Amino acid sequence: MERSSRWLIVLTVLSGLGMLVAILFALLLAPNAVGLTPDETYAQRIIYFHVPTAWLSMLAFGVTMVASIAYLASNKRHWDSLAVSSAELGLIFTLATAASGSVWAKPAWNVWWTWDPRLTTYTIVFLLFVAYFMLRSAMEDPARRARFSSVYAIFAFLSVPITFMSIRWWRTIHPVLIDPNEGFGLSPGMMTAFFIGLAAFTLFYVVLLIHRYRLERMKEQVELLKEQLGY
Amino acid sequence: MNFWKAVVAIIWKDIRAELRTKDILSSVFVFALLTVIVFNFAYELRVPSMKMVVPGIIWVAISFAGTLGLNRAFVIEQDKGSLAGLLLAPVDRAAIYFGKMLANLIFILVVELALLPLVMIFFNLSLITGPHLLVLFLGTYGFAAVGTVFSAMAVSTRAREVLLPVLLFPVLLPVLVAGVKMTGGLVDGASLSEMGNWLQLVALYDVGFTVVAYLTFGFVVEE
Repeated sequence: MERSSRWLIVLTVLSGLGMLVAILFALLLAPNAVGLTPDETYAQRIIYFHVPTAWLSMLAFGVTMVASIAYLASNKRHWDSLAVSSAELGLIFTLATAASGSVWAKPAWNVWWTWDPRLTTYTIVFLLFVAYFMLRSAMEDPARRARFSSVYAIFAFLSVPITFMSIRWWRTIHPVLIDPNEGFGLSPGMMTAFFIGLAAFTLFYVVLLIHRYRLERMKEQVELLKEQLGY
Repeated sequence: MNFWKAVVAIIWKDIRAELRTKDILSSVFVFALLTVIVFNFAYELRVPSMKMVVPGIIWVAISFAGTLGLNRAFVIEQDKGSLAGLLLAPVDRAAIYFGKMLANLIFILVVELALLPLVMIFFNLSLITGPHLLVLFLGTYGFAAVGTVFSAMAVSTRAREVLLPVLLFPVLLPVLVAGVKMTGGLVDGASLSEMGNWLQLVALYDVGFTVVAYLTFGFVVEE
């Protein structure tokens, strides 16, 4: 077995264990939040999943953009493989963030969804990822697909902060009654669980990214072999 | 040929081609007008005053009609094979970008100028004032700056025109929000200086994405 494969197995096992520890902390070891209704107290525990997935969706998108720039600069196909792998994970993490957020929003705000700045920005980020994949699926030529989607990824990622700013101002002038910033200051016990969750999820992302990247590279090799054999 | 001479030549080529057929201007204008009228029916009895929704109607009409216009701009180039000719010309790719972008900008602005008087009559509002036109210009510029790159991409894909709004609208959102906000503010009687942060946001968007488009357009038209 190659050395890199062995390392990957170790990392994968570590990441699995890390997730188990994170779940243990999030659901059992973290102290209850104070000053919330009983429903909210349970729902509040999404923070240990919600914040890491939100952070990772942004990180994943950022990695996609950096890999896209690297692709345009170097014209090496593996950068495009990295970009698409990371974008795919970003899409999943964006959905996970929205789903876990809804679990908290229902007891706390009495709705599953509200047009709050962060939620709205997340919807847009989700749509940007969807557009990225629609663009990719509308082209067969791998070189053109890589070029176009790289350009799109750069535009898309750079627009996110401006979108967030614009939506926040838009809402500040029409104030919302529910402020997502209020609520938990974290107690020390909660802090531990929070950072363990953050670390475990980040490792999880890295491991998934490596796996997905290898899969993408293998797919390309298979395509190449098929071409050579004349299929 | 120097850079700006090439840009002007491309703009002039597009304007001349358009003046011969008037395809884009007429269809985009009629579509924009229809959008306004459809919105009139959609909102009529549900809102206390049409003034509340007019800024939104204007910007939705501009973005829908503008998308239609952007698509035509590159579909024509692609169908007649003139894009290849343009790319073979010994000019900088950035000159092609600025030429197409400014031509698109001019077309959309012309349509807006034709649409505004009708919106004023329909909804009894004064819209042809300096601040209103500045807001429209800044928003439309951002639309053209980003839209030109995306429409050049979209026409080379299998989905062609269908893809452009999907690509464009999520990236364009800040311009739409700021445009609606500022036009709305002006309709409500606020001055533009009270909305300086929105102006800065759109200016930042326009400048930033012009630079990004300038740097990336070459990759989009490269064969």
